[in-house]
Amino acid sequence: MTVDGLRRSPLGDLPETLGHGVRLREIPFLTQLNLRLAPGGGAAARVAEVLGAALPTEPNTVTDSGDLRLLWLGPDEWLIVGPDGAAPDTEGRIRTALPGEHACLVDVSANRTTLELSGPGARTVLEKGCALDLHPRAFTPGRCAQTLVSKVNVVLDQLDAEPRYRLLVRGSFARYLADWLLDAMSDTALIG
Amino acid sequence: MTQPHRLADGGRLDRSTPVRFTFDGTEYTGYPGDTLASALLANGVIEVAPSLYRRRPRGIATAGVDEPHALVQVAEPMLAATTVELHDGLSATSLPGLGRLDQASDEAVHDKMYGHADVVVIGGGPAGLAAALAAARSGARTVLVDDQPELGGALLSGHEEIGGRPALEWVEAVRAELSDTAEVRILTRSTAIGYHDQNYLLIAERRTGHLGPQPLPAAGRGRLWHVRARQVVLATGAHEHPMVFAGNDRPGVMSAAAVRSYLNRYAVLPGRRAVVLTTNDHAYGTALDLAAAGVEVAALVDTRPQPPVALAEAARRAGIEVLAGSAVVGTSGDTRIASARIAELAPDDTLRGPVRELGCDLLAVSGGWSPAVHLWSQSRGSLRFDEALAAFVPAQAAQQVRAVGAARGTYDLAGCLREGSAAGAEAATLAGFEAAAPPVPPSVGDPRPALPRPVWLVPAEEGEPATWRDHFVDSQRDATVADVHRAIRAGMRSIEHIKRYTTIGTAHDQGKAAGPTAIGVISRLLGASSPAEVGTTTFRGPYTPVSFALLAGRERGGLFDPVRTTSIHPWHAEHGAVFENVGQWKRPRYYPRPGEDMDAAVLRECRAARGAVAAMDVSTLGKIDVIGADAGAFLDRVYTNGFAGLAVGSARYGIMCRPDGMVFDDGVTVRLADDHYYLTTTTGNAAAVLDWLEEWLQTEWPELRVHCTSVTEQWATVAVVGPESRAVLADLAPDLDVSKEAFPFMTARQATLSNGIPARICRISFSGELAYEINVPSWYGLAVWEAVLAAGEGHGITPYGTETMHVLRAEKGYPIVGQDTDGTVTPQDLGMEWIVAKHKQFIGKRSFRRADTARADRRRLVGLLPLDRAELLPEGAQLIADETALTGPPVRMIGHVTSSYRSAALGRTFALALVERGRDRIGEKVYAPLPDGRLVAATVTEPVLLDPKGARRDG
Repeated sequence: MTVDGLRRSPLGDLPETLGHGVRLREIPFLTQLNLRLAPGGGAAARVAEVLGAALPTEPNTVTDSGDLRLLWLGPDEWLIVGPDGAAPDTEGRIRTALPGEHACLVDVSANRTTLELSGPGARTVLEKGCALDLHPRAFTPGRCAQTLVSKVNVVLDQLDAEPRYRLLVRGSFARYLADWLLDAMSDTALIG
Repeated sequence: MTQPHRLADGGRLDRSTPVRFTFDGTEYTGYPGDTLASALLANGVIEVAPSLYRRRPRGIATAGVDEPHALVQVAEPMLAATTVELHDGLSATSLPGLGRLDQASDEAVHDKMYGHADVVVIGGGPAGLAAALAAARSGARTVLVDDQPELGGALLSGHEEIGGRPALEWVEAVRAELSDTAEVRILTRSTAIGYHDQNYLLIAERRTGHLGPQPLPAAGRGRLWHVRARQVVLATGAHEHPMVFAGNDRPGVMSAAAVRSYLNRYAVLPGRRAVVLTTNDHAYGTALDLAAAGVEVAALVDTRPQPPVALAEAARRAGIEVLAGSAVVGTSGDTRIASARIAELAPDDTLRGPVRELGCDLLAVSGGWSPAVHLWSQSRGSLRFDEALAAFVPAQAAQQVRAVGAARGTYDLAGCLREGSAAGAEAATLAGFEAAAPPVPPSVGDPRPALPRPVWLVPAEEGEPATWRDHFVDSQRDATVADVHRAIRAGMRSIEHIKRYTTIGTAHDQGKAAGPTAIGVISRLLGASSPAEVGTTTFRGPYTPVSFALLAGRERGGLFDPVRTTSIHPWHAEHGAVFENVGQWKRPRYYPRPGEDMDAAVLRECRAARGAVAAMDVSTLGKIDVIGADAGAFLDRVYTNGFAGLAVGSARYGIMCRPDGMVFDDGVTVRLADDHYYLTTTTGNAAAVLDWLEEWLQTEWPELRVHCTSVTEQWATVAVVGPESRAVLADLAPDLDVSKEAFPFMTARQATLSNGIPARICRISFSGELAYEINVPSWYGLAVWEAVLAAGEGHGITPYGTETMHVLRAEKGYPIVGQDTDGTVTPQDLGMEWIVAKHKQFIGKRSFRRADTARADRRRLVGLLPLDRAELLPEGAQLIADETALTGPPVRMIGHVTSSYRSAALGRTFALALVERGRDRIGEKVYAPLPDGRLVAATVTEPVLLDPKGARRDG
């Protein structure tokens, strides 16, 4: 057994679940790197070069490059999200851009797991517990937010217009959040 | 069962499917479209439960949310029969103003929904419909909220025309257009109950309750909407208020507007012979509709000496005698009204001339109209008293809101339509849309009324206000003119005081109908020239009562609050751990074996840790990566001791204080690289410490090149504790030199475990034993825990929980922040002068020179050994210095027990305590007076009771 086989995600036993117009599944083990860096400087430019996408400077927006999504978390903070296993390579590439800089890169891949909520009813499910305006006029693919869903802090990332959302949630809260989402999904009147 | 008071046709009813219901055990029938109240009236039932305090007979008095009398218990208590929609099988019991909670669990689903809108229109009458239409046509996200099952507001109860056709056809056309417009949501059966800051509205939607007790399984009963609106239009209408005269609470005395609603909307005759009493034009419509329905209208009593000619003429043509400049001064009847006594009013509202008595079974009263300013006022908009309208009306808005139609005292239909249309367009424009007010269709009916003559207090035929105990001001509270008089005589002048003294306006209806009346009565009794001098009480949410089940929503049972679990939790649960709530965390408290209670399990777990090896899941500790060139300098400022000089690969225990010098948090920090520290916090303070560090970095020391990143859940941590822990670690990490020399106490090593998992291993100890903490990415937590247990199997490795952890650390005198400290304890109080650096600055240092912080008689942490070795002092027990101190008050208290346990290692009980001059009392006795009357003696000791030199830990 490889060492990867010893991993357990917080929701390892959660089957993909279908509701009325909505689908929920866990995407475990995504790469997550927390980057702190002065925006707009040389290091930011070099990071953009090695990652192939600029670090977003508009609050609560996302850029992407191949498999990687770069989420704005703060004026000098980003979360770089990639597929399982991409952390060492991505971290290595970013570090080549950082020598001598006042910067901080921390691998937090195991800090959170990811729930993907999608389907025409997905927005309504979130609206039962998220105070943000998620209407397409206000929140679109390419937008992210750090917010509360129910009583749980999440990083919310909208991937497409279906809509498909990722909810990045700390492992200890994942079970509660999944239970809350499944309950909200049991409403039969999600679309319309 | 017939419905003897039901009109042959008309009304907004579905007569094809009669429904059966019971009221106080008697079965009746009604129709879909009825309220419980209208169905009762159709069956000739007007009387409901008697009043709460005086047991006065009472009847249905209104047709809406302002109902003061007709309270019923259906599934939930204290619903107004005028707002309960009739459904087949409904079973209602009348309530005398007090309900009872159903003891059974309410399994109906209530939930919550957040919404955002450009324009929210509250009220689905003509003004609100016109506003919603104007806003919706601009493309603005528009929400129309109305509390009735169908839109139309007052139009449902009249026979006005709009655009040359019946007004309800116009209502239906508007509804259809709104429904077909994208971005419009119509919430019917929904009451806006709260108007908060930043246009934040709470709206209670009743979703399926009207369908009966068995709604569709997954569809919720109620939903609480939280809506943020850019702009709000309040089209909340107006309430008609009662008049204050003797016997005004008798069954059969009813709001004139309600009577008209029962006639036209519900096709019900509330009586056979009516007297109508009014201060204004509106009740003429009631009188005429009563006459048209075949009711004998004995008289129309108008307080105005000269009613509008056209109205008076119309009444006379209908055969109704108009008694101008008069009022009803009393009623009689067994229970229900049988006659009304009428007298002429002088200009100063005194009575003159003879009293005339007219037989009737219905007295329809319009004491005046007051705009429903509740939400406006909740939004902090100001009110002014309009002397002409004799009502408080909206004045200055405090938020992005405007009031239209009757909600601002505009009572004519054309005016309502015009104001609504303009306001909807204005709101949409301000929300950023191109909007134009649609043309206002012509309308017929509800012309602009003439001015009312308010009569706030109709005198009794004899006596003084002090004796008028049948003049009800708030009938639900049984509060009368005599009560108001008594309040004023007691010296009260403010309406807020009089309200609280008399309880007027504090009942279930919150004074919706009686409020303006009460203000009028108070102004009269105070001798004020106008109610303007009295003002209103504060309008507070909710506008109508809501159930706790609605407020709770889905946050009940398992969803009540997040339950946080570690990556190792499945093992704990599977192996029978008893859990303890630590904040939101579930932590294993102990792992009982069959037949063991907590004491036995904890003693066994302690023996394993001290005698062999034990393991604990300590993943919940807060963890923060502190990274940057100035990380060491930064930590020097936040901890009382130094970190800049810590060697890479070494660990140090630190305490942080608040600026007042009091202990805030503690934990071990490891230096992983020159510019990288790995800081740990207590479980409960993880978020607070990160906030604290960020606050200082961002607001005080932005020049420091430091970043903090929370990694609490990145890492799972397993503590391996006990004299045999080294052997277990050697087995677990075969490539790591675990010798005392190569891996000394307070150092950290990176290693790959035998199963391939990379680990950060710290040799630190919260137990005083040789111990290691193994940190791995949390997805490996369970695998590493199992590997530790496997490696320790031959050593009898024992999992232990928080209780054993507490005992082990207390035996060593290690304090727990928040248990042995309470925000008033300095490091010196804990006997930790050694950790307070002399030659550097840090947060809190200056405060150690404060006289109070430096005084010699502060409470200090000490150990206590009860003389009786089996006596377990209760935590929190107060301590006194001498046995005789309990002779009389005051008893001087010198401290309290902060921690208390049974120790396997000591073979006895022991405690930690904060005791005044505690260090000076070592060897002396203190006494704990217990609630059972005993006085327990204990010897004060050093707090470290085991291995004071640390040989076990350092071995």
